[in-house]
Amino acid sequence: MPITTSDVSEYLRKVAEVLAENKEYLTELDSAIGDADHGINMDRGFQNVLRKLPAVEDKDIGTILKTAGMALVSSVGGASGPLYGTAFMQAGMAAAGKRELAAEDLLAILEAALKGVLMRGRANLGDKTMVDALTPAIDAMREALENGADLTEALDKATAAAEEGMKATIPLIAKKGRASYLGERSIGHQDPGATSSYLLIRTMAEMAHAKQA
Amino acid sequence: MKKLINKPEDVVKEELEGMALAFPELIKVHFEPNYIYRADAPVKGKVALISGGGSGHEPMHGGFVGMGMLDAACPGEVFTSPTPDQMLEAAKTVNSGAGILYIVKNYTGDVMNFEMAADMARAEGIQVANIIIDDDVAVKDSLYTAGRRGVGTTVLAEKICGAAAEKGYDLKQVAELCRKVNINGRSMGMALTSCTVPAAGKPTFDLAEDEMEIGIGIHGEPGRTRMKLKSADEITEMLALSIIEDEAYTRTVREWDLEREEWVDVEMTDPPFEAGDKVLAFVNSMGGTPLIELFIIYRKLYEICEKKGLTIVRNLIGPYITSLEMQGVSITLLKMDEEMVELWDAPVKTPSMRWGV
Repeated sequence: MPITTSDVSEYLRKVAEVLAENKEYLTELDSAIGDADHGINMDRGFQNVLRKLPAVEDKDIGTILKTAGMALVSSVGGASGPLYGTAFMQAGMAAAGKRELAAEDLLAILEAALKGVLMRGRANLGDKTMVDALTPAIDAMREALENGADLTEALDKATAAAEEGMKATIPLIAKKGRASYLGERSIGHQDPGATSSYLLIRTMAEMAHAKQA
Repeated sequence: MKKLINKPEDVVKEELEGMALAFPELIKVHFEPNYIYRADAPVKGKVALISGGGSGHEPMHGGFVGMGMLDAACPGEVFTSPTPDQMLEAAKTVNSGAGILYIVKNYTGDVMNFEMAADMARAEGIQVANIIIDDDVAVKDSLYTAGRRGVGTTVLAEKICGAAAEKGYDLKQVAELCRKVNINGRSMGMALTSCTVPAAGKPTFDLAEDEMEIGIGIHGEPGRTRMKLKSADEITEMLALSIIEDEAYTRTVREWDLEREEWVDVEMTDPPFEAGDKVLAFVNSMGGTPLIELFIIYRKLYEICEKKGLTIVRNLIGPYITSLEMQGVSITLLKMDEEMVELWDAPVKTPSMRWGV
């Protein structure tokens, strides 16, 4: 069953819900190694996405994702705004004109999103950032699809890999962003950006399960 | 939390409303997106300077909008980077056709948001250059961190480059001058107390009654060390020597190449200070430290500079780049040449810096 435009809108609504639920949790993670606003900023950003969504819901998937990206860029602030904003804008460009997505299309879109994040943030794997959750997730999804898995299975693998990547940020020394000024004091804390990225991937898998049921 | 505010979420909006009412002859304020701009913008034929960053550092940057300094300032939420839509709209408002220089403090969020804004402005046909200010010697390496933070030198760069733009420098020349100011400026700060972000409601960090943090950032980022409180003279010596004895600092920054029209990585090295240098000495209050203490610091700084063979040819003393109500001080030394001295002395008329007019 392909992913439709309404699935994409539904996904953005679910993400807004999940981030609202995890607002305190993300902010708490951020207060240990950042400036204690990641949950607040992400929640504000996705509330803004919800406001912009009705105007583009009948448009193609590319337009919906690009609109979400612009909404994030203009409301999140900090580093997360440009990073998630660029991710959704690049995803939107990869989905331009499409009204349906096969599993392979979704993979290509996620790859484009990650490429955008890497271009904007210049982080490497292991720098204790969102890249540490997104990279293994996308690698796992690609591998699963290559081995004949369906979308739901592939997204489950992606979620498991994102979770592992997120947890693996705990012993790392931060090398990017505000947390990098802590040096060794950043060890022992889970990266908030990797955590929000994991939540975004997990929400995709949850939707795939709900759709299959 | 004890603050003279109404609601934490209204702090920035109400501050901007107050500023607009206080200085109608100098500045105008645009809301949603928020930016402060020169009342007489766009100034014909002049390169326009725009800066911005989180709020909470007043008077920087909004207080420096006006003749001889910035054309616009984009305030974010307290200690949060502004967003590209603010920077883009500000650029459209103040652009006279001579181009825009974004002066960006080196914080991950600020750098990325200004890069996006520059891309968006160029897509609309506006010429934009970005120069990063990264002068905080408390951060030693650039390889394993986001690099030195942008602090006191930002104020000096805005004044000097603002005067240059007023004099008719073109975009490339103003950008080169800004880079020169940045590599010749070094700063270091310290805190006696934390500050409280209104939305957070509690102090950013804990510092015991008899402790201080040396090398603090302007958002309360951790410094080099935390130690028992010392005398003003000893603190001044620690800060001044960290600056004066700092070795050559090399890092790579991403800049827009105006000729090649693409982002390029540029490697730059700050030359160390040498005996015989002429400097501007800037003693800055973090917000909660009064002038009486700043002069005690300046007195010792003057003595140390003399001993090290540095001649203070200009100074700036007061609260210019603050961290809300934090008690503490930062010192900036900027190596000056004749061109910079002349531009420093040029007339300026902004809400918070005004001379020669």
